[in-house]
Amino acid sequence: MKKLSRRRVLRGMVNGSAVSIALPLLNCFLNENGTALASGAPMPVRFGTWGYGLGMTANVFVPKKTGPDYDLPEEIASWASVKQHINLFTNATAFPDDAPNPCHYTGWVIGRTGVAPMDGKTIPGETIDVTIANQIGRTTRFRSLTATANADVRTTYSFENSTTPNSPEWSPLQFYNRLFGPEFPDPNATTFNPDPQVRVRKSVLSGVMDQTRSLMRNVGAEDRQRLDQYFSGLRQLENQFAQRLEKPEPIAGCRPGEAPISDPPMDKTAESVALRHRMMTDLMVMALACDQTRVFNMAYSSAASAIIKPGYEKPHHTTTHEEPIDAQLGYQPNASWFTRRAMESWAEFVSAFTTVKEGDGTLLDNVLIYATTDHGYARMHSMDGMPVFTAGRAGGKVKTGIHVDLEGGAGTRVGYTALRLMGVDTPSWGTKSNRTSAEVGEILA
Amino acid sequence: MHSLLKTTVRGTAIGLLAAVTLVACSGPGEPEAPGTEPRMRLITTAQYINSLKYVFGPSVHTQGEFSPAARTDGLLANGAAIAGVNTSQLEQFQRAAASAAAQVVNEEHRDYLIPCKPAAEDAADNACAEKFLSQTGRLLFRRALTDEEIGAYVASAEEGATSLNNFYTGLATALEGMLISPDLLFVVENAEPDPDNPGQLRLDAYSLASRLSYFLWNASPDDKLLTAAESGELQTEEGRARAVDRMLASPRLEAGVRAFFDDMFAFDDFNTLSKDPLIYPAFTSVTADAAREQTLRTVVKHLIDDQKDYRDLYTTRSTFISPELAVLYEMPAPAGWTPYTFPDDSLRAGLLTQISFLTLHSHPGRSSPTLRGAALREVLLCQHVPPPPPNVDFSALSNPDSHYPTQRLRVEAHLETPSCAGCHRITDPMGLALENFNGEGRHQETENGVLIDASGNLDGVEFENVVGLAAALRDNPALPSCLVQRVYSYGSGGPAGAEENLLLTYFNEKFAAEGYRFPDLLRQIALSDAFSRVVAGWTPPPFEEEPDGGEQPDTSEQEILTMTRNTAH
Repeated sequence: MKKLSRRRVLRGMVNGSAVSIALPLLNCFLNENGTALASGAPMPVRFGTWGYGLGMTANVFVPKKTGPDYDLPEEIASWASVKQHINLFTNATAFPDDAPNPCHYTGWVIGRTGVAPMDGKTIPGETIDVTIANQIGRTTRFRSLTATANADVRTTYSFENSTTPNSPEWSPLQFYNRLFGPEFPDPNATTFNPDPQVRVRKSVLSGVMDQTRSLMRNVGAEDRQRLDQYFSGLRQLENQFAQRLEKPEPIAGCRPGEAPISDPPMDKTAESVALRHRMMTDLMVMALACDQTRVFNMAYSSAASAIIKPGYEKPHHTTTHEEPIDAQLGYQPNASWFTRRAMESWAEFVSAFTTVKEGDGTLLDNVLIYATTDHGYARMHSMDGMPVFTAGRAGGKVKTGIHVDLEGGAGTRVGYTALRLMGVDTPSWGTKSNRTSAEVGEILA
Repeated sequence: MHSLLKTTVRGTAIGLLAAVTLVACSGPGEPEAPGTEPRMRLITTAQYINSLKYVFGPSVHTQGEFSPAARTDGLLANGAAIAGVNTSQLEQFQRAAASAAAQVVNEEHRDYLIPCKPAAEDAADNACAEKFLSQTGRLLFRRALTDEEIGAYVASAEEGATSLNNFYTGLATALEGMLISPDLLFVVENAEPDPDNPGQLRLDAYSLASRLSYFLWNASPDDKLLTAAESGELQTEEGRARAVDRMLASPRLEAGVRAFFDDMFAFDDFNTLSKDPLIYPAFTSVTADAAREQTLRTVVKHLIDDQKDYRDLYTTRSTFISPELAVLYEMPAPAGWTPYTFPDDSLRAGLLTQISFLTLHSHPGRSSPTLRGAALREVLLCQHVPPPPPNVDFSALSNPDSHYPTQRLRVEAHLETPSCAGCHRITDPMGLALENFNGEGRHQETENGVLIDASGNLDGVEFENVVGLAAALRDNPALPSCLVQRVYSYGSGGPAGAEENLLLTYFNEKFAAEGYRFPDLLRQIALSDAFSRVVAGWTPPPFEEEPDGGEQPDTSEQEILTMTRNTAH
């Protein structure tokens, strides 16, 4: 069985092919100004998603001004220090067309797949992060990483296919151990002692793969797809074993730090969610800095979010529906309180990517983060007036700090733009009214 | 490699013995049902852990919390029949497998878990490895392994032992391979012609053994059940009855019954249940675990130990109390789990009034008549409550001038809005009867100084308080028929279709005739013809082998090159 040979890849790189995605980023291969690889290929671009529930309230969220240097209404006031990295798209629509439009579901499913789901449980197919991971994530230790801040293993916006969710990391401690525990191939370790048992394990996996293929004969077509999915997982596992047998090249920015001593509180108060979000974010950023993955998903909350404001009897979702609008303020104060907490965490998320230096900029310059929610105005389950946002410059291909009014058009345009930026060569994305072939030109550099 | 399952089962003595079987398993009067397609179920965390515990003993600890399947038609078990495995799950399985395998061969366990000693510990011993791997593999894969499979695992053990200079480490590596194999992680069922009903198909003996075992024990079959499958006994009416009766009498039944009710009651929601720490400071994750345990203990005692009427679970005052729950029930704390019977004048009657139901279907900071009513309908009566309409106008509820001192007055506002009224009429009247218990399940007589009115009705039966609701629920015909539907669906691995209505009616009648005793229901379903019937004419679609000469590509240069082309800027 042939395996990925690091030496061969390096040779390929020297020969000028764009294999920069195949290896951890090596400072020694950077050109003089540190913005590109010695081969001339650009820095690896990573893709991530961020998801939260229950939209926003337009009169305190949507900036008056479009274009660059937009104003920050009170619900997004927390973006002040990172506004220059964020593109905000407002007034987007998710079109259910003739599908049933289950509440708190159709909106985010369209945002992640481009397709309106036929019921409140079924995902039409792979989500955008999976499409992109198949494009740019195949050589890292993890094809993608998924985490949630709400401590619920069921909260994910990422699906391999209609029956396979990418279940999230929900415990910071477990996430740390998965990333940086004993199996972590530390690129900066002074010694390298490959575990001989890993080589044997890798060999045993080949036998297991043969069994998968023989099982295929006896099952129906849909079950074959499930076995195929399992088979892909085994190959990823095999790839991980292979990587542990090779000394990784040093990466200056890779400094995982100590394991958390224990998990933080696992309750649903906004404070605990924010704390876990911070811990998960730090781990995710370090996973990228150590080139363990190039695709990542973070969920702040589920679509019908159950986050609690201590002392206030209703969780976020119920609040959006049942809280009266304050006549003086013109919005639901507690519902908006929840949205503000989500936006603070989003701002922290964006900020965390600027803390890792990369080339003459930061990690964020080589990232594109795509953020979605389930509704515009959650109180009315609205599917129009929806916000979408992105952060990062995708290796210089994206201008940031811009507010774009999509004027009621399909929000899928933002997802389509992301796909194109990540090199997915597709003429369109989505179906029916959500189908689009139009990138959002305002943000393209 | 051969088509494993078919060759092992169908090519052996089972076929011969099945030919002399006298009759099919269905009882007299069982209506014809089309049967199910053979399923391929993803093993659950509990099934993986239970199975390893039974194979290797309780001192080999298996850890892991594999991602749950999606709840489908009321059950996670149905979701397992369609769920795929993602990479992160496989990593978890691999970690659990490595840990278990290392324990099995360690000095503490090897002497009694490995049936032989190697000639030398620092070298391979294929004869000993074969003995262990074929015996263990049969229990893990729920069938005998083919010679070819045994050969492959022995070769793995040999390669490991030779390169690591250690027989046991080599053996552990081969065992690890078994523990993440698709043969273990997926419970794959196979069909065979039914000799008693020409032209029809049934599950083959091994598949039937697994279906029975996960149904009744939530674990893989034991040696005796596999032996009954291998001898052909399981495919005879008497043999199957003997096997099922033995399983029903086994201590493993408790784990099976707990798993079923944990699934039916959606108790996985307890994993993430959290209450407002300012409003309900006494309710913590420890309380949540205890509430779940209280109900499961009540169920096991009532249904299995005492073999009482299922319907009486919803009126019984007998339960168990733990120190964690005593504070919410406002009674002195016992030393540990202690049997307890609420007095006759107490409002605590039946499962609806236990902390589990009351807290799981409430908001973090208050009760919810709507959530409780909807859960009663959906979880216990298998009825469907439509979700709120997408463009609902909440202005009646959102009227800033209104103040509702009680939940009754608040939810009545729903009824003023036609688009809300339809659904709230089917949830709120019974949910309001639970208003004498707050969002953490504590008893309350008043709300905001106003005496709580807990009267209501359930499907036309009027009552004054929750004790009346419990009685109305107990006598509601949908209560036992919902259980029958869930049990059949849980056992057969998928939602029951309309074509199974007659069959379910038949099971209902039998259940009623036997006094609604749960073990009888399990037995009835396990022995039914429908339980092992496979839809006529089912055959796997043709499978074309990839023409690769047996070599699978790694993350190969080819792949890298393809990606390079795709990502060239």
